[in-house]
Amino acid sequence: MKTNGSPSLRDRLALPVRDIPRSGIRDFFDIVSTMRDVISLGIGEPDFDTPWHVRESTVFAIERGATHYTSNLGYLELRQALVGYVSKKYAVQYDPATEVLVTVGVSEALDLALRAILNPGDEVLYHEPCYVSYRAVILFAHGVPRAIETRAADGFRLTRAMLEAQVTPRTKVLMLNFPNNPTGAVMNRQDLEEIAAFARERDLLVITDEIYAELTYDHAHTSIASLPDMRDRTLFLHGFSKAWAMTGYRLGYACGPAEWIDAMMKIHQYTMLCASSLGQKAAIEALAKPDDDIRTMVDEYRRRRNFLVASFQELGLECSRPAGAFYAFPNIAKFGLKAKDFALRLLEEERVAVVPGTAFGACGEGFVRCAYATNLDQIKEAMQRLQRFLKRLG
Amino acid sequence: MDELLKLLQKNACAAHADIAKQLGLSLAEVERKIADYEQRGVIRGYQAVLNEDALNLDTVTAVIEVKVTPERGGGFNRIADRLSRFPEVRSAYLMSGAYDLLLFVEGHNLRAVAAFVSEKLSTIDGVVSTSTHFMLKTYKRLGVLMEPTHEDERLTISP
Repeated sequence: MKTNGSPSLRDRLALPVRDIPRSGIRDFFDIVSTMRDVISLGIGEPDFDTPWHVRESTVFAIERGATHYTSNLGYLELRQALVGYVSKKYAVQYDPATEVLVTVGVSEALDLALRAILNPGDEVLYHEPCYVSYRAVILFAHGVPRAIETRAADGFRLTRAMLEAQVTPRTKVLMLNFPNNPTGAVMNRQDLEEIAAFARERDLLVITDEIYAELTYDHAHTSIASLPDMRDRTLFLHGFSKAWAMTGYRLGYACGPAEWIDAMMKIHQYTMLCASSLGQKAAIEALAKPDDDIRTMVDEYRRRRNFLVASFQELGLECSRPAGAFYAFPNIAKFGLKAKDFALRLLEEERVAVVPGTAFGACGEGFVRCAYATNLDQIKEAMQRLQRFLKRLG
Repeated sequence: MDELLKLLQKNACAAHADIAKQLGLSLAEVERKIADYEQRGVIRGYQAVLNEDALNLDTVTAVIEVKVTPERGGGFNRIADRLSRFPEVRSAYLMSGAYDLLLFVEGHNLRAVAAFVSEKLSTIDGVVSTSTHFMLKTYKRLGVLMEPTHEDERLTISP
């Protein structure tokens, strides 16, 4: 819209917002949503229903009238349950009164974390391929994103050498996400120790997005926050979307040093006030018997992972073995198509949706993300279609 | 419980090759294990889970609570075994609480079940009393909901 020589509205947008492209996933979704009979391996959320006892408790919460504002930090009862869970599962201790903030998903927590800590020009190290929002939220917070490419040859793990190549005197924060979306990579304790040592030596703060922590298939998860002298420089982000299949509840949380949490709380109280009271009540119920709910889902994901990886092998698709989250990230470079073209043609010719690796960073070129948060019959059918497609590509 | 059994319990028709791929076993291993379970009587059979209400069958099912006098030496087992052998009895359980045996009995109509109770069941030595309840509708059986569940409401692509 242009009127009387005044600049177009686009020119008046805030620069960090104007200059960031829309998520590549969004573009792809627009195409997929016009098509029928698509088998989607492109969905980044569990296909399981939220456990019934959690849903039922949400109804009860409405009946009881838990429909008002809560404490800015979140219900104390929930924060107490959270620190108990994190301590038992991930061996880090936090004070429920000052070191926990309940947020609207991990997405809000990440945004708050960066806004609370970054001054314009501060650099943030993060690894790609990664979740679609990382670069954008760093820029929104006026930070300078510094992407580190992880490689299939290393199982998409981060190494100290990679960090050393990118760190500068202006680097303030290191962001981690393991188990990783989109690669399914995990970092074991040893892998994390060299990263932690680097963070300590360079006096970096660490933001660790561990939303997939429960979903590991070969070994239990280790949090970098549990390593020696890391707790007080680390912000641990987690939530209920993945392990409890509660994406629509939008409930996450941050645990970390009181000063950082308090600064985040300041932004949160002025912009969000509090996370949904109903979501918080549901989360309290979810934490009452977490292991039963999660075990069934993890066992199912593991079987699908095995099935998918075995299928890729049969099809001659190279794929670093995913050990966590619910994504596989096979290499499709040898078929001579760009990731986006591969995904588009697979969608048009065989009605199978996968996400081009480039949606997760430039280094995702040559890869596609296949989510196995879909039932086995669908995965099986998708593999048959993929086989036909690959045969045609030769 | 063995993961293989869990998978079969969920879907006994699943292709053994698919089961093998999910469990990281070879097809031969899966088939050998299943044969072994069958031979040992751990797997007692394979049945379809039917929504019988949708078939308009002329059958009724009654749940019957039975009090019995246990026998010296055999306890409840001999009498439970005798009752279980009637083809009308679809399931039979020994229970704690106010009665001893719980039977699921199927018949063509209410009278047929009543006849089974009065002529067969109650006349057996050791049966003290019975209490019969007729089933009206099945909502869930063997872990399966009888009404179709809602469609996938997720977006087809999400980050």
